Amino acid sequence: MSASIRVNGREEALSAANVAELLRARGIEGSRGVAVAVNGVVAPSPTWRSLPLAAGDEVEIVRPFGGG
Amino acid sequence: MTHIAAADATDALVIAGRRFASRLLLGTGGYPNQQVMLDSLAAAEPAMATVSIRRISLEGYAESVVDLVGGRYALLPNTAGCATVRDAVMTAQLAREALQTNWVKLELIGDRETLYPDVEQLLRATEELVKDGFIVLPYCNDDPVSCRKLADAGAAAVMPLGSPIGSGLGIINTYAIERICVTSPVPVILDAGIGTASDAAQAMELGCDGVLLNTAVAKAHDPRRMAAAMRGAVIAGRDARLAGRIPKRTQAEPSSPQLGLIGG
Repeated sequence: MSASIRVNGREEALSAANVAELLRARGIEGSRGVAVAVNGVVAPSPTWRSLPLAAGDEVEIVRPFGGG
Repeated sequence: MTHIAAADATDALVIAGRRFASRLLLGTGGYPNQQVMLDSLAAAEPAMATVSIRRISLEGYAESVVDLVGGRYALLPNTAGCATVRDAVMTAQLAREALQTNWVKLELIGDRETLYPDVEQLLRATEELVKDGFIVLPYCNDDPVSCRKLADAGAAAVMPLGSPIGSGLGIINTYAIERICVTSPVPVILDAGIGTASDAAQAMELGCDGVLLNTAVAKAHDPRRMAAAMRGAVIAGRDARLAGRIPKRTQAEPSSPQLGLIGG
């Protein structure tokens, strides 16, 4: 069974080595207006390249939307 | 700038030591389209624009709301949709990263139907976020006791509801809002339930320091025009408050002189 992670509530195969790669694969370059949490802990953008991803990790990728 | 707006540049709204020329805060949710939202913001000239924090997806606005709005207006992220302290704190921390701001509108919902806040959890989340260095503006119920506790917990302002979010019912408990304004050691921003301009003006006349609204503008027939109306209403209500209204009396008192009456 291949390793998998959960990104924004959906399971997917683990193919990115770190958070930066995971974002780049989604077309997200740069950190403006984007925030990431791994396993319930916010990952500041300077750590994205060094923060490794492992099987079973839960990742939240969020950005601002309209709201009151 | 109109004559009214320029009249008193010293009457700034001050929250956590930061000064704002406008006493209106406007939400960015629920507009018919992006352009209407931008036009409404321009017409409202708000102190801050609120935004939510959501998972990145392919739906929604094509451009990031930060790119569209963040350059012109101060953004205030909210924790809308959160029902637990853990979720609210996490959302606030993510918002801080995404927007590079430590300001947060804290929403902790206790009831899905009325969207009333869970005051107990709201207090705990406020304490936790204040400790983590946030400037916390909690959306709360219209209870002077809750508001006092939130201020004591370190909230930079309190934001009592006028009526349920999106209901357009205006200020249901004017007595309570007036009491909150009298007893609060921090600024009071009326937040939720505003339906039309007179509601916003009433909030200011009752003593509120500012008003936060979204649906009243976003879902109006002409959002841009309503945004302009709200801007005027907040200014007029504030001026009326500072002007010192006449007391209410049960007996009439003529405004024309009693002497020199023709035929008298």
